[in-house]
Amino acid sequence: MAPALAWLTALMVVPCALVLTLAFFRRGIYGGIEYTVTLENFGLVFDPLYARIFLKSAYIAGTATGIAVIIGYAAAYAIAAAPRRLQPVFLFFAVLPFWSNYLIRTYAWIVLLNREGLITQLLRWVGYTGEPPSMLYTEGAVIAGLVYNYLPFVILACYAPLSRLNPELGEASRDLGASSVTTFRRIILPLTVPGIAAGAVFVFVLSIGNFVTPALLGGGRFQMIGNLVYDQFLTVNDWPFGAALAIALIAVMLLVLMAQSQFADRAAGRTIEARGGADG
Amino acid sequence: MAERSPGTRRALWLVLTLVFAFLYIPIAVLVALSFNNAGLPTAWSGFSLKWYASLAGNSAILSAGLNTLIVGLISTTIATLLGTLLAIGVEMRRQFGKGLEALIFAPMIIPDIVLAIALLSFFSMLNVTMGLQTIIVAHVVFNLAFVCSVVRARLKNFDWSIVEASADLGASAITTFRRVTLPVILPAVVAGALLAFTLSVDEFIIAFFTAGAGKASTTLPIQIYSMIRFGITPEINALATIVMAVSVVALTLSQRLNREVIGQ
Repeated sequence: MAPALAWLTALMVVPCALVLTLAFFRRGIYGGIEYTVTLENFGLVFDPLYARIFLKSAYIAGTATGIAVIIGYAAAYAIAAAPRRLQPVFLFFAVLPFWSNYLIRTYAWIVLLNREGLITQLLRWVGYTGEPPSMLYTEGAVIAGLVYNYLPFVILACYAPLSRLNPELGEASRDLGASSVTTFRRIILPLTVPGIAAGAVFVFVLSIGNFVTPALLGGGRFQMIGNLVYDQFLTVNDWPFGAALAIALIAVMLLVLMAQSQFADRAAGRTIEARGGADG
Repeated sequence: MAERSPGTRRALWLVLTLVFAFLYIPIAVLVALSFNNAGLPTAWSGFSLKWYASLAGNSAILSAGLNTLIVGLISTTIATLLGTLLAIGVEMRRQFGKGLEALIFAPMIIPDIVLAIALLSFFSMLNVTMGLQTIIVAHVVFNLAFVCSVVRARLKNFDWSIVEASADLGASAITTFRRVTLPVILPAVVAGALLAFTLSVDEFIIAFFTAGAGKASTTLPIQIYSMIRFGITPEINALATIVMAVSVVALTLSQRLNREVIGQ
């Protein structure tokens, strides 16, 4: 036990603490670190130039999350409605792509979206003769890549509560005269919200800090927070500012996670109340 | 579930078809093109294995592949050892603080880019020469956490009284571990090791930051990343197909072992 804890302390806790302290120093003239304590790196994070990148990252991550949740929930719903013996098979094949390399899954979208890629070929095949559409290196390509990469997680997260739903609840609701839309909105959706929230938080947190997908599908000029951190460390050599950016990124993630756990606690409380009411 | 109208049922099958098409068409196109004779994404011109053959002659890819194997095997070995011992220690004691729990979970949820820059700053501040050794050490950090969580799941229902019984009957701690504890947790240890190996082989960001300068310590994902940045080549398609096949096989195996464990 001790060697493992020592390993984690030396190679995770200490380096992370180091990043935390780095953020309070200043970049030296020649790219090194000048050991004067300052808060200016954190101030710089809120500079309009960088704050805009934060907002844009949040916007891209949010859009990807929204789309992934809609597709993932529909897929999980369809899987949960399939015959019992087929459900594990569908679930397995829904998660399987997630097991292949992230870079390769992203690269597959370059193959699809490039100017001579499959989509252009399909357009030509149906008689389109104009300029090939530029789909790669756009915001849309980045969002598609993120949705594609993280969709399996949403499917898994939403399937769990959907498969545990008591079918009698739906029947009871219908017997009492509710339409299927009302049944879904008032019964099924509220009971499966924790799964949606878990999946959504997952996609959002992984998307907002992502740097591979924007770098590959967004082209060189496209920047999200991850790319900004990357640049500070490997190109511009402003480590203190890079560290401050990383801390801001973690702060955003923690906020989202905390909001989710608050939300989950409250949802759990409500479910228990509902169950208690039904039992009593 | 309750009976559904034929219309609803058709709609549900349509959703499934569309989602699976979305998930599999990009991969299928990639795999198909890796067997395409001309190697162009534009037209199919017959089946060929020549891109696989040309991979075998690409020394940069071969050496990156070898580096990946070295990193994967060594980091998996260390992580399996440390992670298993950690799991046993934590589960045997049963009383541990939230801090310890957080320390064990952190490597699994900390963003890659943050761990990557943290290790880069740490290694360069200590003037450690970066190369395969630093990648290995970094991979152990998250791998040991994953091994630990897989083994802990297995130990949840473990009856610790048989360990006491073994000690009472005069077995040494090592004999008890070898003859009593290990046989029980072995499937989980193997499953954890396979998971760790796959994670290490696929890991890009941390390896990229801790590889140091120079080509000598390039791993396969680093190589793939730099190739992708230059555009599509039929060789990447072939390489991607092989890498995908390897991870899918390893993880299916790991999953199966894990299921047997839970099924017991």
